[in-house]
Amino acid sequence: MAGSLEQETVKFVAMTGNEAVAEAMRQINPDVVAAYPITPQTEIVQIFSTFVADGLVKTEFVTVESEHSAMSATIGAAAAGARAMTATSSQGFALMWEMLYIAAGLRLPIVMPVVNRALSSPINIHCDHSDTMGARDSGWIQIFSENAQEAYDNLIQAVRIAESRDVLLPAMVCMDGFIVSHGMESVKLLMDEEVRGFIGEYEPAYSLLDVDHPITVGALDFADWYFEHKRQEAAAEAPVAEVVLKVGEEYGKLTGRSYGLFEAYRLDDAEVAVVALGSTAGTAKAVVDELRQKGVRAGLLKIRLYRPFPKDAIVRALSGVKAIAVLDRSDTFSTMGGPVFIDIKASMYDLMHGEHGEHGEHDAHGAQDAREARDMQGPRIVNYIYGLGGRDIDLEQIRKVYERLQAIVATGETGEPVSYLGVRE
Amino acid sequence: MGDVLEIRWHGRGGQGAKTAALLLGEAASAAGKHIQAFPEYGPERMGAPVLAFNRISDEPIMVHCHVSSPRIIVVLDPTLIRTGSVTAGAPEDAVYVVNTHLSPSEMRKKLGVSAGKVFTVDATQISLDCLGRAIPNTPMIGALIRATGLMKLEDFISDTRRKLEKKFGSKPGIVEGNIKAIERAYQEVKGE
Repeated sequence: MAGSLEQETVKFVAMTGNEAVAEAMRQINPDVVAAYPITPQTEIVQIFSTFVADGLVKTEFVTVESEHSAMSATIGAAAAGARAMTATSSQGFALMWEMLYIAAGLRLPIVMPVVNRALSSPINIHCDHSDTMGARDSGWIQIFSENAQEAYDNLIQAVRIAESRDVLLPAMVCMDGFIVSHGMESVKLLMDEEVRGFIGEYEPAYSLLDVDHPITVGALDFADWYFEHKRQEAAAEAPVAEVVLKVGEEYGKLTGRSYGLFEAYRLDDAEVAVVALGSTAGTAKAVVDELRQKGVRAGLLKIRLYRPFPKDAIVRALSGVKAIAVLDRSDTFSTMGGPVFIDIKASMYDLMHGEHGEHGEHDAHGAQDAREARDMQGPRIVNYIYGLGGRDIDLEQIRKVYERLQAIVATGETGEPVSYLGVRE
Repeated sequence: MGDVLEIRWHGRGGQGAKTAALLLGEAASAAGKHIQAFPEYGPERMGAPVLAFNRISDEPIMVHCHVSSPRIIVVLDPTLIRTGSVTAGAPEDAVYVVNTHLSPSEMRKKLGVSAGKVFTVDATQISLDCLGRAIPNTPMIGALIRATGLMKLEDFISDTRRKLEKKFGSKPGIVEGNIKAIERAYQEVKGE
């Protein structure tokens, strides 16, 4: 880690999230980038294309006519053994849809920044997480970023995570549209050689161009073997968390900024906690600090790795909390709340039914009082859907969320499980 | 949050409110501060009301919401005052820096504020004199720096000169005109 001592003297630079991500792509210097511009991702493609034009990268830049082609060309390049990237947002992301599953099914370690933006209709260019949340079952690794620094750091780490021989899955790195992508913030960059040293030379596991080891890509795969291949794809998700932790720790040694599966902010002794991802997690931290000064045991769990979902670690981190509010910047339109809420609730089920705790044996007796005691185990969990289409979420709204959690702890009454925050009803 | 200085810029599309926020953010960052600079993205058209924001702090800045009660308010176009948006949410002791030919006491009456501080400078005239165009954003940063002391003028000028030279290297008149406008506004701004 030759650079680690020098890091002390590296200064912050003022950059937007898009500028930071484009800079990371320059430093990653992928073999192929095939991309199509869409607000609010456009700047990434625009800035990166100037790097190509100026000869600052050796990348083959493919100007395609749609996002479907962008992902198709990226898949082709990756199958040929190239380190390949693209980037998108919103409708463009939606247009990639069928190819997303193909990238994951072919186990191609493509890395893609996604600038989160609402989906039509109505037409809206601003931030919510509807675009990437829809692809949570596509087999891609999904990593969320709180700010421009994290978007930069996560993109560099995603290369290592996706390309790990234990994983070989595509990874998307998400950041909030406009709020992070167009907001200028203080960012610390690595030196080019540090990034190149960290990600290493790409050696593809398989390559269509390796004529000595011929392979078939995209073969017909009916009832005889399809299931086994999908089972292997599911198995590939299992080691992701461990690889994310290893890469995050190594990145910390290089930069002083370590990354885990999530960030537990003042959560250790917390009685009430918010679960959030993206830029809102930062705003919530400011509220946590305020409440802690007033003696309220408030905390925050900020999800970083969303897919695969690091269920066990999250359950452990939240098990001591009495009331949790999950903030979702997208809706599932299922009457069941937002996607993160559904995941957190499903994860906590075993805990609430004693299988992680010490009261599990009460179940066997079936006594009414034991059942009640069991039902009281584990945190109360409520959901807020907020910020759709870029609606601002401020400190005051998040204060109200924590106030409600305190009331739940005091009264034991959970009330409406799913609410909408900051909307005109 | 008490240690984070929050600034709100009021302008109209084409006056450079967003660019002003970004230039100030970059210069404050170069001077060692943690910063945020961002506009409110609405319909993008010439003449439409535009908001831009800065946060400046010695500590890392965590929040990612709009600035709703700014301590410093910069007004590039005084015709926006009658909409009420300029004083909205501002604390009593807010500092106003307004582009106008009016005196600070006349502007104070227009704003309808009794406490706090009001600074005025004719940045439109300065930009017409120095650049030949009514783009009051860079002189307003000069006035803001004088009014608030939030950074050293020479630090801002050296960072901005570098940025402008990169963008307008083939048009040295634009670079020098902007620097002159910043310095003039810094000298001419008056406050009470």
